[in-house]
Amino acid sequence: MDSIADMGGTGGWGPAHPPGDDEPVFGAPWQGRAFALALLSVRVSGQNIDAFRHAQERLDRAAYLDDGYFGRWLNAAELLLTDSAILAPGAINARARNLKGEDTEEPTVPEPGRPDYEPTAPGSLRTVDTAPAFCVGERVRARDSSPPGHTRLPGYVRGHTGVVELIQPAAVLPDTNAHFEGENPQYVYSVRFGSRELWGADTEPFAVTAELYESYLETAS
Amino acid sequence: MTTTSGSGGRIPPALRTEALEQLLTERGLIDPKAMNEIITDYETNVGPLNGAKVVAKAWTDPQYRQRLLEDGTAAIKELGFSGRQGEHIVVVENTATTHNVVVCTLCSCYPWPVLGLPPGWYKDPAYRSRMVREPRTVLAEMGLELADNVQIIVRDSTSEVRWLVLPERPAGTEHLTEEELVLLVTRDAMVGVAKVEAP
Repeated sequence: MDSIADMGGTGGWGPAHPPGDDEPVFGAPWQGRAFALALLSVRVSGQNIDAFRHAQERLDRAAYLDDGYFGRWLNAAELLLTDSAILAPGAINARARNLKGEDTEEPTVPEPGRPDYEPTAPGSLRTVDTAPAFCVGERVRARDSSPPGHTRLPGYVRGHTGVVELIQPAAVLPDTNAHFEGENPQYVYSVRFGSRELWGADTEPFAVTAELYESYLETAS
Repeated sequence: MTTTSGSGGRIPPALRTEALEQLLTERGLIDPKAMNEIITDYETNVGPLNGAKVVAKAWTDPQYRQRLLEDGTAAIKELGFSGRQGEHIVVVENTATTHNVVVCTLCSCYPWPVLGLPPGWYKDPAYRSRMVREPRTVLAEMGLELADNVQIIVRDSTSEVRWLVLPERPAGTEHLTEEELVLLVTRDAMVGVAKVEAP
């Protein structure tokens, strides 16, 4: 889906920050707790990291940016938990207001609606019994499609042609798995794109590789 | 588009985090002990020192270096590093003429078992958006000026594959031991936004 999360090539973000001296892993105690809560929320809501990434891309701009990376994780965890009816919408804010000393009525605990869906194995790697559709060195085009749901096909490569550099192990397809609609394991290809193919003739010369799932690709003549 | 209704900046994230922790623990859905273990693990055990050990070993042991470049995941596991966000790690070598740099434009994917959690600059929208558009400029802003004849390859981590850069060993370090080299290797060099400097 079109989302603020798909940042490649977008403008208006200002200069990059030079790496500084060692920063703490968690800049504030709540960040470590939000991080751990998000990991555990993935665990209790169906072990689906793709659903978690999809929750991130469904956040609005404020929920995505205002409280930084760990705020984004917290908000995505909330969405994951309300999607699976482990929490009622608004439950976190109501409890937070009560923690502040307000007297807010909290929504009733819903009937859990966690999808009847289990991963077929831990992690994302899978074995498939077919041969890869594309070979190293082959010219391929990233499909020019904007699916309405989750995808890991970045906008900036869509419709562009590159060369297969490496064939990576087969893995669960995020586009269907994120929606609890099947793992559809398939090979992943590191595809190398020239900067001028992506951005035009005036661009400085460099290459970009992206890992693209087999169904994102078609043969380029 | 679905949004987290009412979850903007009005209520501080620290309070919302505390609320979520209460809601999940009081129903027995999560174990506070498991939560504390995760936090402690990423604060103390899982960090760039792991990656530095991998790099220093590759610099001093040519056979290990070869195994690392052929099957990064297995060679890294030899040193005891594996786990979340490290299911399949590919290692690429930076040289005098080829410079790899890692980004994740879609979120902030990063090889946690060898580098820990990503630093602020890696998660910053400016880095995520511009590294695939004008990497030479972005690297210069971050303090790394590359000569015109250096080929830049940007690695956008769009799947579960994770990238680790094997930095170039700096000249003048031939006399150093593996243990001494570990101390020179930086997180920034293993992402590709810096070079390793001789002491």
